[in-house]
Amino acid sequence: MTELRLDGLRRRHPASKRPAAVALRVSCYLILIAGAVGVLMPFFWMLVSSLKSPDEVFTVPIHWLPNVFVWDNYLRIWQHSGILTWVRNTAILSVTVTFLQVLTGSFAAYGFARVRFPGRDALFLLYIGTIAVPWQSYMIPQFILMSHLKLTNTLYAVMLLQAFGAFGVFLMRQYYLTIPEELSEAARIDGLSEYGIWRRIILPLSGPALASLALLTFVNTWNDYLGPLIYLRSPNLWTLQLGLQTFIHTLYNANYAWLFAGLTLSVIPIAVIFGLGQRYFIAGIATSGLKG
Amino acid sequence: MMTTAESAASARPGTRRRSRRRMRSYLIGWSFILPSLIGFGVLTLYPVLTLFYISFTSWDIFGAAHWIGIANYQRLAGDDLFRTALLNTLYYCALTIPLTLGTSLSLALLLNTKLRGVTFFRTAAFFPYITSIVAIAVVWNLLFSPQYGPVNEVLRVVGIAHPPGWLTAESWAMPAVAIISTWRDMGYYMVLFLAGLQTVPKELHEAARVDGASAFQRFVRVTLPALRPTTFFVIVILTINSFKVFDLILVMTQGGPGTSTLVLSQFIYQVGFTEYHFGYASAASVVLFLLSMITTVVLFSVNRERETR
Repeated sequence: MTELRLDGLRRRHPASKRPAAVALRVSCYLILIAGAVGVLMPFFWMLVSSLKSPDEVFTVPIHWLPNVFVWDNYLRIWQHSGILTWVRNTAILSVTVTFLQVLTGSFAAYGFARVRFPGRDALFLLYIGTIAVPWQSYMIPQFILMSHLKLTNTLYAVMLLQAFGAFGVFLMRQYYLTIPEELSEAARIDGLSEYGIWRRIILPLSGPALASLALLTFVNTWNDYLGPLIYLRSPNLWTLQLGLQTFIHTLYNANYAWLFAGLTLSVIPIAVIFGLGQRYFIAGIATSGLKG
Repeated sequence: MMTTAESAASARPGTRRRSRRRMRSYLIGWSFILPSLIGFGVLTLYPVLTLFYISFTSWDIFGAAHWIGIANYQRLAGDDLFRTALLNTLYYCALTIPLTLGTSLSLALLLNTKLRGVTFFRTAAFFPYITSIVAIAVVWNLLFSPQYGPVNEVLRVVGIAHPPGWLTAESWAMPAVAIISTWRDMGYYMVLFLAGLQTVPKELHEAARVDGASAFQRFVRVTLPALRPTTFFVIVILTINSFKVFDLILVMTQGGPGTSTLVLSQFIYQVGFTEYHFGYASAASVVLFLLSMITTVVLFSVNRERETR
């Protein structure tokens, strides 16, 4: 696994005091700052627009800062849309899916990493193989199956859709392989069953991998658009993404600022979660190289 | 690595007991995998397998499935809309793959230093990747808006009198989507490249420096070759992700203007979920499936080569 925060030791290279090196350093920073401004500008734009008065959103030339900060927009989006329902549905889905994915993934990964039985490696290959199969290519048969099970237009459909991904199994297995086998061996001699070893030895040692998996799954589910689009037809089942997308079509210029307030609200939880667990996100991606 | 099966076999207190122990170990192994396997089998494997069957039927929402052989595939071959979708998907790949590869590799190289504050810049580059697609669509639609958009306003200021219509112009819509897609995903691939860069041996760089190689020479002769496995891996993942592009296009342009950004996944979605021709949509899905599978086979063979080297 790669640690992206490079070590805190900043050795002062004697070379870095030369004028050429200083110039290089300064130009590096200038490029980086310009790049960061460019990359983050859309978010800034979103935030600023959410605080503008309705007729100020589309002014030419652009106002980079609102004349008056209209905090009211955030109140209006709560009053004039189903955002409360959307947030609730999104939260239910994200939490359930994350819980199921972490549970089944970390459990199955133990079987793949630590117990030997015939067919194990072939089965694992099959798991990995499907990571490369685009969901879009089998969404039709999956939809037919779900409608036979009478699950379309329920939250269960979206939960099931995401809860048993091969991704979690893969990520956890890679991590288990780095835990020394001697630990489990010692526990086995002490009379712990394989389930006991998984729960008492392996799981407590897998904190970082569990955090990676949980965070990636949570964010993926929170942001998912296609699954809810196909399965959730009734407005009372809509997720935040689906609701906001529909809200756009009911808009007239006057309440674009509300929409931006809603969008900002939909991004904030993710930004907070990412801020708290950034290290695990990055470690998870660097380890697996694949997304869920 | 020692596993239970092996330790059971090496204990050898009689064949009978040994095989019973091994049997138990098999059962334990399966019991770990079963909960995940049931969900995975029913919700992923089964649909993937039935996909092929459905593609040979005339299944739609009203009736039962009738076997019609390769009729769906023949229809696909003559369907102009499908051809447009396929070509647009390839066009999207041709734009996005080099653009994303270039920006993410440059970012990784730029951010693989010990400059102060480098963590902040990495976070900034990664942030778009975890932002919701709807927020991205709304904000970029306004940023790219021909009349009021800040992008064109800036272009006019720097002297371009007639900036492009971006998402509202047929010839500019796909490049605009490619730019947004690159903006969104470059941080993700940057992380992969940064991980790869950690494996480049420092001694090689030092040796090249001692031999008088310039920074550019060191990049071409040392960094790039050492990074080759990562680069190839990124290319394959990027290609699969580009083949299946959908949600970004759906919320940005809905395939328009006209059919200028209609892609394969959207074709499947339209035929399947708005016209309910499951059989015909499945045939198009098989094409997408095969495109991705061929790419994956390449991934696996390259991976194997990497392991044996």
